[in-house]
Amino acid sequence: MKEGAPDPGLYDYHPYRTGDHRRPKLAWPDGKTCAVWVAPNLEYYEIDPPSNPHRKPWAKPHPDVVGFSYRDHSNRVSHWRMADVMSRYGFPGSVSLSVALCDHHPEVVADGVERGWEFFSHGIYNTRYSYGMSEAQERAIIEDSIETVQRATGQHIRGWLAPALTHTPRTLDLLAEYDFTYTCDLYHDDAMQEVKVAKGQLASIPYSLEVNDHYGFNVYGMSGREYADALIKQFDRLADEGERMGSGTVMCIPLHAYLIGQPHRIGPFEEALSHIADDPRCWKARAGEIVDHWRAAQ
Amino acid sequence: MSLPEEYTTYPSRREGYDHDLYPWSNMHQRAPIAWPKGCVAVWLCVSLEWFPITPGGRFKAPGHMVTPYPDYRHYTVRDYGSRVGVWRMLDAFKSAGVKASFATNAAIAERYPELIEAVLADGHEIIAHSTDMNGTITSELSEDEERALIADSFARIETACGVRPSGWHCIARSQSFNTLDLLAEQGLKYTCDWVNDELPYRFNNGVVNLPLNTELSDRMIIATQQHSAEGWAQMMRDSFSWLTAEANGTAYTAGGGRMLPIQLTPYIMGLPYRIGALEDWLDEYATRPDAWFATGAEIVAAWEKQQ
Repeated sequence: MKEGAPDPGLYDYHPYRTGDHRRPKLAWPDGKTCAVWVAPNLEYYEIDPPSNPHRKPWAKPHPDVVGFSYRDHSNRVSHWRMADVMSRYGFPGSVSLSVALCDHHPEVVADGVERGWEFFSHGIYNTRYSYGMSEAQERAIIEDSIETVQRATGQHIRGWLAPALTHTPRTLDLLAEYDFTYTCDLYHDDAMQEVKVAKGQLASIPYSLEVNDHYGFNVYGMSGREYADALIKQFDRLADEGERMGSGTVMCIPLHAYLIGQPHRIGPFEEALSHIADDPRCWKARAGEIVDHWRAAQ
Repeated sequence: MSLPEEYTTYPSRREGYDHDLYPWSNMHQRAPIAWPKGCVAVWLCVSLEWFPITPGGRFKAPGHMVTPYPDYRHYTVRDYGSRVGVWRMLDAFKSAGVKASFATNAAIAERYPELIEAVLADGHEIIAHSTDMNGTITSELSEDEERALIADSFARIETACGVRPSGWHCIARSQSFNTLDLLAEQGLKYTCDWVNDELPYRFNNGVVNLPLNTELSDRMIIATQQHSAEGWAQMMRDSFSWLTAEANGTAYTAGGGRMLPIQLTPYIMGLPYRIGALEDWLDEYATRPDAWFATGAEIVAAWEKQQ
């Protein structure tokens, strides 16, 4: 990025139209019009992490019992509940992973591996923020991510979602330097886009804040049924637009098991996934498959 | 501002938790639990809270005073729950024939003996819920201050109620690193502050955690997320339906008893236009063969026998 500039210079402006000098046509495999990827956040939050001067890890003095135990629900109860529903409708996960989870609760990571899920890095812990990191520290968390995920899953990771969405001006350039192929940190589009990096290439795949279960439940205060309805409307619209423009759209469903896997929400969520899975325009894909297909068409 | 080297070192990165409070286990692979009746234990837990008009303590408890002193508005709205709302709940429980737990401030037990008498006469359970809504706990309290606060709460509740609670619930579920051991010193059986599970489990010091889901509370659903009481009832139906299916076994678990914890607040659910939704829900579920309505102590006892 252009550090200090009012426009960070991350990408070019592309109107939401196909045609001359606008967006190229893009066909997803088998004539599908919307690529749908599900992104479970498999996270570990530390109970007593060191403080970052730019952001406190917990609202309360440690231990923040509700904050910690709320998220621990994922790793004891709701991960399997959520994953089972995804598997039932044929959606693989592309995991936003606090890589230290491989050490703390390898059982959770192993479950994703068995289900054929893809893993990308969401930092070491969701309680360690990149704000203020030196270049050496930032390289260390990238290298740690690559090595830890390789060891735990056998996969060479290709994607990044910054820990707790905390960045430095050099993060995206470093990702491209380490041969990452995609970032989930930019929210400017409903289709794949090129990111401007110092050297090499980096793709932006649409993740989502707006249909993230965290926003749905903890920002907008939706019920499980309202959130399920939002997912259905989001998909129906993006599938229509992808069809109309002849240029495939991307829908991400970002999840946290401790939110979507609550007993009052998981039933309605299952209904939404069933609706999306049944639509012949839906390409159920992993993040890496979407990035590769788009990149090959460039 | 740059960060020290320690910020990217992780001394507690290891298998299991980064603390020694309780061991890891995943619910779906534990030996299935059988309840005395049905497959879903429904735990109604009512908060009996007294908010001094003079706020104090380490943090402001949820529901505490808002305006500059004297905040008649919030003082009286909260007290409405203890004067009126909770009596509606007692009637609803009696009519449905169900027992509940009442997480009670010592100040409520001392100030409103008629209420405690009615709670006990109907066979409900008293859980200790600190002194009053200024009696908050965080790690900013010294160990001695916290020990004194907990002992004071237990002693006052025991004196006023004539029974010593076996359960404890912190205000806002907020504990310090010392709380579990200080509760064990008081001979306590269980706490309900950690929301990381859907069945009881034991801390390393012997205290049991009976998870009281914060997401399913009327405070979260009605006061924070601003849904109607009917919306709350629909969520309880959706929960019950999922939990019974899971209890009977799914692709990833052999099943076993599940729990539906329902936290109720008299000044929230006890209002005239909301109480009907609770009554209707109770009428629908109280007689179902797959539901076991039980107090916290009964659920802990049933679980403990099977460990």
